[in-house]
Amino acid sequence: MADALRIKLTGRAILVLVFGFLYLPIAVLVLLSFNDSGLPTSWSGFSLRWYVSLAGNSDILHAAWNTLIVAVVATIIATILGTMLAIGMETRKRRSTPLEALAFAPMVIPDIVLAVALLTLFSRLNVAMGLHTIIVSHVIFDLAFVCSVVRARLKNFDFSIVEASRDLGASSFTTFWRVTFPVLLPAIVAGALLAFTLSVDEFIIAFFTAGAGRASITLPMQIYSMIRFGITPEINALATIVMGVSATVLLISQWLNKEQMTR
Amino acid sequence: MSSQTARSNLMALPAIAWLGLFMIVPCVIVFAYAFLTRGLYGGVEYTLTSDNFLRVIDPLYAKIFLTSVRIAGLATLFAILIAYPAAYAICLAPKRAQPMLLFFAVLPFWSNYLIRTYAWIVLLNREGLINNLLRWLGYDGEPLSLLYSEGAVIVGLVYNYLPFVILAIYSSLSRLNGELVEASRDLGAGRIRTFWRVTLPLTMPGVAAGGVFIFVLSIGNFVTPALLGGGRFQMIGNLVYDQFLTANDWPFGAALGMVLIAVMVTLLLLQARASARFSGETAEAKNG
Repeated sequence: MADALRIKLTGRAILVLVFGFLYLPIAVLVLLSFNDSGLPTSWSGFSLRWYVSLAGNSDILHAAWNTLIVAVVATIIATILGTMLAIGMETRKRRSTPLEALAFAPMVIPDIVLAVALLTLFSRLNVAMGLHTIIVSHVIFDLAFVCSVVRARLKNFDFSIVEASRDLGASSFTTFWRVTFPVLLPAIVAGALLAFTLSVDEFIIAFFTAGAGRASITLPMQIYSMIRFGITPEINALATIVMGVSATVLLISQWLNKEQMTR
Repeated sequence: MSSQTARSNLMALPAIAWLGLFMIVPCVIVFAYAFLTRGLYGGVEYTLTSDNFLRVIDPLYAKIFLTSVRIAGLATLFAILIAYPAAYAICLAPKRAQPMLLFFAVLPFWSNYLIRTYAWIVLLNREGLINNLLRWLGYDGEPLSLLYSEGAVIVGLVYNYLPFVILAIYSSLSRLNGELVEASRDLGAGRIRTFWRVTLPLTMPGVAAGGVFIFVLSIGNFVTPALLGGGRFQMIGNLVYDQFLTANDWPFGAALGMVLIAVMVTLLLLQARASARFSGETAEAKNG
């Protein structure tokens, strides 16, 4: 028994260390964002001044607005396409290897390669780049993630209720909206929320497909240039807000996914 | 074709078209660019050449390639060494707590990559938290230059991708057949021997999946070397970036991109084949 206790305690100790490693750096940023001096050297009292100065920074507000437009539009398109792809793949009689590879590729392709490939495409086609090209590009990986979340749900889906609905005389259209869709909805929303956070946080592809100038700069691009060109305490406040939004959206997404699994 | 198959294909079609147009076509164009000649002012000339690929093995660039492999390899090694005990510890926790522990282990992975990297600048820089902590503990020498080093890049990569490696290893460990471990113990093998001879080999697919993932993402990484390496440690990702945005040598950048894709595809195929063979073997062991 002493042995079992020792193993249990070792396990706990490892968990504390690993979660410490994962969360301490983030906690430091959050803490610093409320530090009046803004410096890691000393704590000079609690203050919201960096948040106030953030709210008055028009560059950041502009970038945040752009990010919101990109993320919302890309998420809507990706959710529709990704859900349809998931249904298409799961209702097939046989697995199609090329289709599996196509749906998997956006999740593993190095983002720098996708970024330069899209830049090459848009400049070849002489497309003026801006928010619309970022949206088109973000849909690529967003739809792959929506698809994988919805497919996980479809794997546990009892297709006999679809047959039952059809046998009882409902059209395939009615069956989809009244039977399949309500069952899939939590997974679709969870996938959409994941796509939204991925899009909000994506930097490299946006950086390459935004075109020149500041017009279509997104928040991660703004953060990158702030980090590159001198650290200001404002970044800590911005980082805290961005992390907070991501974590909240992901918690909701996870909660939805759990709800549907236990039901 | 049955009407069901036709309907399934129709549902998948818009996404296939999108991915075809905006992922496959651009990749094919880049592949073609890799064999063209650099033109003036960032253009390309339609003269076929293999020079771009030969330049990849030019000592100057081969060195960057090897640096990338070394950094990505070390990041992979450290990530596995941390993630394995972490995943094991999650498996030891009460069943009800496991999904939550796993969720919080993976949560940082979905949040902003730049910010997570920036956090390490705050920790490692000369005026940063770690140097302050050392001074507070009584160290009064020169502040340590922790940032802008190969070590900083590796720490950043491990930190950013660790959650996924934990997830991959956990999914292998949680599916491990406890009876095999018990049988080994009953037959007199010690804890350590059981781990090396039973548990570890059986969870290799998870280790391989996590390892391939972090290696592929690390070797093509551009943000971490740029921010934590301070530009001193060029990796392939940075080289691709430079060719497209500063050097304006798109064909060479395209060739480098293709090398990255080739590395990725090779590793994924090897991993898929290894885990297929592996699951075949375990199925045989169960039946035989």
